[in-house]
Amino acid sequence: MPKLSYLKALNRAIGDEMDRDEAVCVFGEDVGVAVTHATAGLLKRFGPDRVLDTPISEQAFTSFATGAALAGLRPLIEFQIPALLFLVFEQIANQAHKFSLMTGGQTRVPVTYLLPGSGSRESWAGQHSDHPYSLFAHVGVKTAVPATPADAYGLLVTAIRDDDPVVVFAPSGALGVREDLDLAALAPVPLGVGRIHRRGTDVTVVAVGHLVHDALAVAEDLAGTVSVEVFDPRTLFPFDWSGLAASLERTGRLVVVDDSNRSCGIGGEIVATAAEEMRLIAPPRRVTRPDGAVLPFARELDLACQPTRAQLRAAVEKAVGAG
Amino acid sequence: MTDRTAGADRTTAPAPTADPAAALYRTVALVRGFEQRAVELVRAKVVLGGIHPYTGQEAIAAGTCAALRPDDVITSTHRGHGHVLAKGADPARTMAELAGRATGLNRGRGGSMHAADFGVGVLGANAVVGAAVPIAAGAAWAFRRAGSDRVALSYFGDGAVSQGVVLEAFNLAALWRVPLVLVCENNGFATSMRTEDTVAGSILGRAAAFGIPARTVDGTDPEAVRDATAEAVARARSGAGPTLLECTAYRFDAHHTWEHTARPRYRTDAEVAAGRARDPLEVQGARLPAATRAAIDAEVAQLLDRAVRFARESPHPDPAGALDHLYATGLRARAGAR
Repeated sequence: MPKLSYLKALNRAIGDEMDRDEAVCVFGEDVGVAVTHATAGLLKRFGPDRVLDTPISEQAFTSFATGAALAGLRPLIEFQIPALLFLVFEQIANQAHKFSLMTGGQTRVPVTYLLPGSGSRESWAGQHSDHPYSLFAHVGVKTAVPATPADAYGLLVTAIRDDDPVVVFAPSGALGVREDLDLAALAPVPLGVGRIHRRGTDVTVVAVGHLVHDALAVAEDLAGTVSVEVFDPRTLFPFDWSGLAASLERTGRLVVVDDSNRSCGIGGEIVATAAEEMRLIAPPRRVTRPDGAVLPFARELDLACQPTRAQLRAAVEKAVGAG
Repeated sequence: MTDRTAGADRTTAPAPTADPAAALYRTVALVRGFEQRAVELVRAKVVLGGIHPYTGQEAIAAGTCAALRPDDVITSTHRGHGHVLAKGADPARTMAELAGRATGLNRGRGGSMHAADFGVGVLGANAVVGAAVPIAAGAAWAFRRAGSDRVALSYFGDGAVSQGVVLEAFNLAALWRVPLVLVCENNGFATSMRTEDTVAGSILGRAAAFGIPARTVDGTDPEAVRDATAEAVARARSGAGPTLLECTAYRFDAHHTWEHTARPRYRTDAEVAAGRARDPLEVQGARLPAATRAAIDAEVAQLLDRAVRFARESPHPDPAGALDHLYATGLRARAGAR
């Protein structure tokens, strides 16, 4: 079977959807030459009416896409830097997201926002290393964080077809992942349906995005002593609460690993919901970035702020020991 | 539960006013009367949250919309009732929206600052100053891409020309020659701040920087506004790109009805009186025979009586449906308490 890389999966999803639906168009900086590779070949294939290189003008082109959506198109915007989402939070959270409700259901805003390279990119320093997915889940914007090439393809296809705004975070830590795949079997992945990557009976590790791979490595390390179930929510909003509840029925113990800041992060929401509503036989634990973290430049400082396998392993062992 | 769709509730047919001068007057009179009734309903606490009255600026809405086709679209501001009505929304359903009723344009989900009627090309009033300008530009681009000659027109105030996103939108619209008409309503004040205290350089100069043709129009004269808009619309339809019209007028009333009780002082009574002296209603009314004007006034008054009655008598929305329409896909997310 051919190997498919995560980035190629994103590229394939956009191309397939542009082929399938004339209304799909792409906006972004340097999408013509595809500096991120996610849009490679699309300009040549679909032309400048559907693949638009924009000026460095994020706030305007984000709402420009909203207007195009109100007029019937299905734009995808690529942002090269995750912190740009802070700049366009008004255009996504306060404009695009609110149109359906505020108009009493008169319209829809089917725009996809793609972040190929969110989170730390090996010392890109303070303004290029954020992972602001929890902000979007908080305001109720549909938010996907795929971990594997097949899910990157499937979730991006679903996001493009969805009638609401959807932000797709492609963590830089996952971009290099490759997968043996039957390309013909690539399929849309629904929003709000998690995936169990590894079955276990002692503890459920909920891992977001690229941390799924770390969780799988830790589970393998602990195999024989602890049976770890690895649950990948795939979308943070909507979240697969029933899938998580089913997993906790089996394990009763919960550890969340999440590469965003601790306070008010998605990890806190997962722990709170499990504590309120699900079966827990031990206190749940979280591994996250520190409160209010800004990633420092020097590599050892950058890494010191990100969740590590050692932290995750320790949290799993504590969770099991406390049971 | 979902509110009943109010589309069939239109209580009035648009009056056939064949004479263009009379038609313009009717729109000005309709908007003026609507705003006066709305202020009364704010005082009566039927309209909560207050409104941003449009009195004094009616010629801009009337003149611009007279130059548009029904299939053209507009984006509006937090001071948007005039635009929404001039584009053809039903006054009764617009008033019901201000009153938060299930029969309102937005089923009571938008209110004064978000009134929208996609059926007549109103892509929504917008409560963030300047925010709708790039939205209109994107819609205009989509029209051109679809091979149609529809245009978009975006209203914004003099306060908005200091918003970065507006100037970014000027750049995109000019760069890509989108069929867009930019209408800056310069009513002299950004809330309490005088235009000269908030705008460095000039409003026309903003457009010049992007190579966008621009001119100042007397925004108290509906015919002047209409004629200038018609030229800008023709330019947009021909593929030549955006035009900026700075329409000058004087805001007769408060920035927001909250001022009726708080009474902040930022202009003198003499100045307001001088501003009110140039009244668009009188400018256009003077162009009609007295009998025509009286007949229109009577018809509009009757229409607004019905609109107010419709708004007052319409049902309030069911709280169980508070988050209906939150997602176009119908997604129902978790409740806040259980």
